Amino acid sequence: MSNTFTSDSGSGGAERLRLFAQPVVAAALVVGVLAFAYTQRDNVIIARNVTASTLLTLTWQHFLISLAVAVIVVAIAVPLGVLLSRSWARRVSPLVIGLANIGQAAPSVGLLVLFFLLTNGTTGFWIATLPIAVYALLPVLRNTIVGLQQVDRSLIDAGRGIGMSGAKVLLSVELPLSVPFILAGLRTALVLAVGTASLAWFVGAGGLGELIDTGYKLSNWTVLSVGAVLAMALALLVDWLGGLAERYLSPRGLR
Amino acid sequence: MADNNMPAPEDRTNGHGVEIRLEEVSKRYPGQKLAAVESVSMTIPAGETVVLVGPSGSGKTTTMRMINRLIEPTSGRITIGGQDVLNLDPDKLRREIGYSIQQAGLFPHMTVGENVGMVPSLVGWSKQRTTERVDEMLDLVGLDPAEYRKRYPRQLSGGQQQRVGVARALAADPPVLLMDEPFGAVDPITRGVLQDELMRLQADLGKTIVFVTHDFDEAVKLGDRIAVLGERSKILQYDTPDAILANPADDTVAGFVGAGAALKQLTLRRVREIELGQVQTAVVDEDPGAMRDRIGTRRGAIGLVLDHRKRPLRWTTAREAGAVSSLAQAGRPVEDSVSPASTLQDALEAILTDDDGVAVVTGSRGEYIGVVDIDTVMTTIKSLREEYADDSNGDSGSTGPDSAEASS
Repeated sequence: MSNTFTSDSGSGGAERLRLFAQPVVAAALVVGVLAFAYTQRDNVIIARNVTASTLLTLTWQHFLISLAVAVIVVAIAVPLGVLLSRSWARRVSPLVIGLANIGQAAPSVGLLVLFFLLTNGTTGFWIATLPIAVYALLPVLRNTIVGLQQVDRSLIDAGRGIGMSGAKVLLSVELPLSVPFILAGLRTALVLAVGTASLAWFVGAGGLGELIDTGYKLSNWTVLSVGAVLAMALALLVDWLGGLAERYLSPRGLR
Repeated sequence: MADNNMPAPEDRTNGHGVEIRLEEVSKRYPGQKLAAVESVSMTIPAGETVVLVGPSGSGKTTTMRMINRLIEPTSGRITIGGQDVLNLDPDKLRREIGYSIQQAGLFPHMTVGENVGMVPSLVGWSKQRTTERVDEMLDLVGLDPAEYRKRYPRQLSGGQQQRVGVARALAADPPVLLMDEPFGAVDPITRGVLQDELMRLQADLGKTIVFVTHDFDEAVKLGDRIAVLGERSKILQYDTPDAILANPADDTVAGFVGAGAALKQLTLRRVREIELGQVQTAVVDEDPGAMRDRIGTRRGAIGLVLDHRKRPLRWTTAREAGAVSSLAQAGRPVEDSVSPASTLQDALEAILTDDDGVAVVTGSRGEYIGVVDIDTVMTTIKSLREEYADDSNGDSGSTGPDSAEASS
């Protein structure tokens, strides 16, 4: 695990094209699969499961879980990354990263079920959200640390040398210069979260996984596809938003 | 962020240089047998530029960084303007010491204006005062504020970045400026320009500058005094550039001075400091025959033809003057001249490229003042060597700075 999570596409032109094309592709997929389902509206299973209100509810649940995961991950991983990159914490840093690695290496279903068992069989939103957050923590944590480490030492030296306090250097120099890395990590984490949220129905938290499960159990490919394609489109959309954020929230002067 | 507990630096010192004293300063890193810096004592006079020069690993940067406590001394005392730096809050101390490093160390995500305004905002200046100061500083280092204020460091050339770095270091008008190989990363031509500008700035500002470099020529050019440092920052010689060039304290220093010490000395002397020679002159419409007689028959004697505003036009020998009907055609044109502000090195260059081995010296309006020839240059070098010969025991730091300041 020495790699960092970046979404660097190499060339600015290709990235720009991607930023434009990605939502279009996502929308086309959604429209296509819904149109396909509509042609089979005589099928009882489809008529019952693929309704506007079901789709909206499930997509919204899916989105909320992903959003909550993002908030938790940023709230924990960024401060933790800052702490671990301070010189006095260098020694414990491999330990914490190791733990986060385990979090990500463990199968996501396993994490969900483990959490479910540990909470004595409780179900609901948080029982799904918390393990997914643990699962998505690593990219942001790792990228925060790497982002802070890649800041040119001479800039920190210059900052201290002209009389900025350590905290001021962190807030005004180190963190802003790490933003592109942190955002890239967050983008990766969010895509992971959206994908993993398809398993949230296991612990009764809903989400688009329910459609996939229904389609699977009833051997109905249309229902399954609607669930899968919507989850995929949501992932594409989140990735696209992440790309936009990287593009417009990274400090000017670095771009 | 505003810190109003102490007055802004310029209220206390007016921004003029103050004396820095190092007394028995040592730095010892735990787990290392030898100290990085061992018992260095030196006095850096107010308003002077002192260059710490030495090979890599000599501890010159460590020594400099102890002055603003980026590195804490293990023992010893450092005072700036009589104040013990170890008694001050390090962050506040550093806001009163300009700091400029190699590759400028500009914050890439901040504009030029934000970079330069950083220290003023740290010491609590108002926004308006900071903005005015930023423009003033950019002006001072030769960058048009309107054009450069809003740019990002990435959009500047290396030389421009370095200028901004100096502007940032000077923004809060600190009495002391620490410069760590600031021009090490720019090309030789830009480096020369930046060095000239630093000298011009320093002539106006009179800061106390501690400048670290491993380039001895840079040290000779910029320093009022040079401290040649050896292992563990031991001061091998601390003297004026003139004295070190004329009489290196030991073989190590001599080795560091390198070949061509005499030539380097020529860069320290200005044409105005030496006695100029004179040749026969005639205005262009005078009678060539009279000029021929005046130059006379001595071998190698030449004369100078001037225009009506006394500007040199042509070199001529007696024979050449006798062979033409008008002095406007006599001899050969004057191709090059030096000014009183030129260095003797420039003059020597002109002498070497001139057919007769003579360089014309002209004043500010281009008028003829006198000539320099090879004998004049040699006499100067000889007298310099004699001047510092008495000091041959290499007692570092014992020679006054007066001789180096004859030019200012």
